Amino acid sequence: MMGATLIEKIIRRNVHDDNVKAGDIVFVKPDRVMIHDIFIPFVADKFHEMGFKKVWDPDKVVIIYDHMVPSSQVDDTRHFRSGDAFAKEQGIEHIHRADGVCHQLMPELRYATPGDVVFGTDSHTVTYGGVGAFSTGIGYTEMAGILGTGELWIKVPETIRVNVNGKLPQGVTSKDVILTIIGDLTAAGATYKSMEFSGDTFDAMSVSERLTMANMTIEAGAKCGLFYADEKTAEFSGVPCDEAHGCFKDEGDGDYVQVLNYKAEDFVPVAACPSQVDKIRPISELKDIKIDQVFIGSCTNGRLEDLRAAAEILKGKHVAPYVKLIITPASRSIYIKAVQEGLMKIFNDAGAIIMNPGCGLCCGRSGGILTDGETVVATNNRNFLGRMGTNKVNIYLASPVTAAHSAVKGYVTNG
Amino acid sequence: MASFTGKVFVLGDDIDTDIIIPTEYLALKSIEDMRPYGFYPLRPELPSLIKSGDIIVAGSNFGCGSSREQAPEVIKALGVKCVVAKSFARIFYRNSINNGLLLIENSDIQDRIKEGDELTVEPGKELVLNGEAFRIGSLPDNLMDILNEGGLVNAMKKRNGVK
Repeated sequence: MMGATLIEKIIRRNVHDDNVKAGDIVFVKPDRVMIHDIFIPFVADKFHEMGFKKVWDPDKVVIIYDHMVPSSQVDDTRHFRSGDAFAKEQGIEHIHRADGVCHQLMPELRYATPGDVVFGTDSHTVTYGGVGAFSTGIGYTEMAGILGTGELWIKVPETIRVNVNGKLPQGVTSKDVILTIIGDLTAAGATYKSMEFSGDTFDAMSVSERLTMANMTIEAGAKCGLFYADEKTAEFSGVPCDEAHGCFKDEGDGDYVQVLNYKAEDFVPVAACPSQVDKIRPISELKDIKIDQVFIGSCTNGRLEDLRAAAEILKGKHVAPYVKLIITPASRSIYIKAVQEGLMKIFNDAGAIIMNPGCGLCCGRSGGILTDGETVVATNNRNFLGRMGTNKVNIYLASPVTAAHSAVKGYVTNG
Repeated sequence: MASFTGKVFVLGDDIDTDIIIPTEYLALKSIEDMRPYGFYPLRPELPSLIKSGDIIVAGSNFGCGSSREQAPEVIKALGVKCVVAKSFARIFYRNSINNGLLLIENSDIQDRIKEGDELTVEPGKELVLNGEAFRIGSLPDNLMDILNEGGLVNAMKKRNGVK
């Protein structure tokens, strides 16, 4: 008898029906929902227009200000006032006004834990697949509906299984792995589907490295990107490591629509080149590309391990003349740990610009906007036209290792 | 939802949301203002040809691209009763149900149908083309309720007794 994919296991647990399979349409009850500052006014308006009075469960709602923190345009603070008023009206206590990027805070603060079903008003909500949660982005109308009813219909996705085994070469990170996979699948290759990661390469990865990969599965069009929760995940999320708590065993017997197999030893440092996320090239082939700026941060690669990797390269060195190095920790706790570990001193001595925790430059609203002909190496997830300034800015997406080396040398390089 | 018969307009694969309603018209004040520009880059004549109750039959990946909720809203405003396609992009699919537009996944009729044919749809059961029936999947009752109410906002208003 055919087993189940990880997404089927998670949804079966949520709906208490062991017969659910890919293709079925079911109503799930979210364990948590997240609304960020950009959409909170629209969600609140639709909620009231629909005639709802009370949110179904205020404890399950998290409001996070991150895209617009601190405000950079005249009307930005209207969003904070709207969110504050809605939180007060509804008794929502999980509200973070300047604590970091939503997709870092959700797993870090254990709002999203293994086996959970989580929806957010942002496409990168897929990040929590890194802790074995099913999480994906929705529109503001649907979020308003969930707030009133406590449920959402979903179609159970088919699964693309990605097997990677072996040891990654020195200097190759989980960012290089996911960029390579997106390049192979293409930007629409996983549309609607769940990506499920398996193999001893992923077993050896930290939770942070897995979050980096899950974060980017949307760039292949995926509905979610899932890792099996193991002992490391359970410790990170503060739950016992058993199926009752959403830590499912990887039995590898699901019905997969596609299987990709990789040897870890074959991966090399890569970048997504302007201006498509699936335009992947080895760093070794990118010669003589002078850069104006480097951005290390975001919900993809703004975690403590990313800052450590960058600091190791930047220690005792200085960024190249004319290059601006912008460092944006993904959360307040990462920021303070980076201070305690001495990473911030290294960055400061290297001439970096250290920003507040938040989305920063990644969403292109503030903190390093560029103009025609300028080039940036960035550790975030999207290099779409116009993402960080004009549509003639060249954005190379790469790992923190490549970003730090490039900042020191002044051109795209990994050492 | 009762069965209905409509005249068919045939489109191909990868009909993206920029074709359905180009970005330059998104800033217009209302869906009614956007309606004349539906499918403008591909078939600018369609808004004047489509009559209320007509049906679009398309290939794979219908509605790919951006998350704009205006795409299903414009199709609905044109009078299209439902879209039959081999597959739909995920966000478009959700936005359509939430805006009261019926979508049907089917891969059997595309090779047999031509523009102007009449197609009968029995929601949740079958498509009938030239006397031949093709089975289709069904949606759960709760989803059909959303469609029958004309979208999620209306369905929630009814649920909550809002006039």
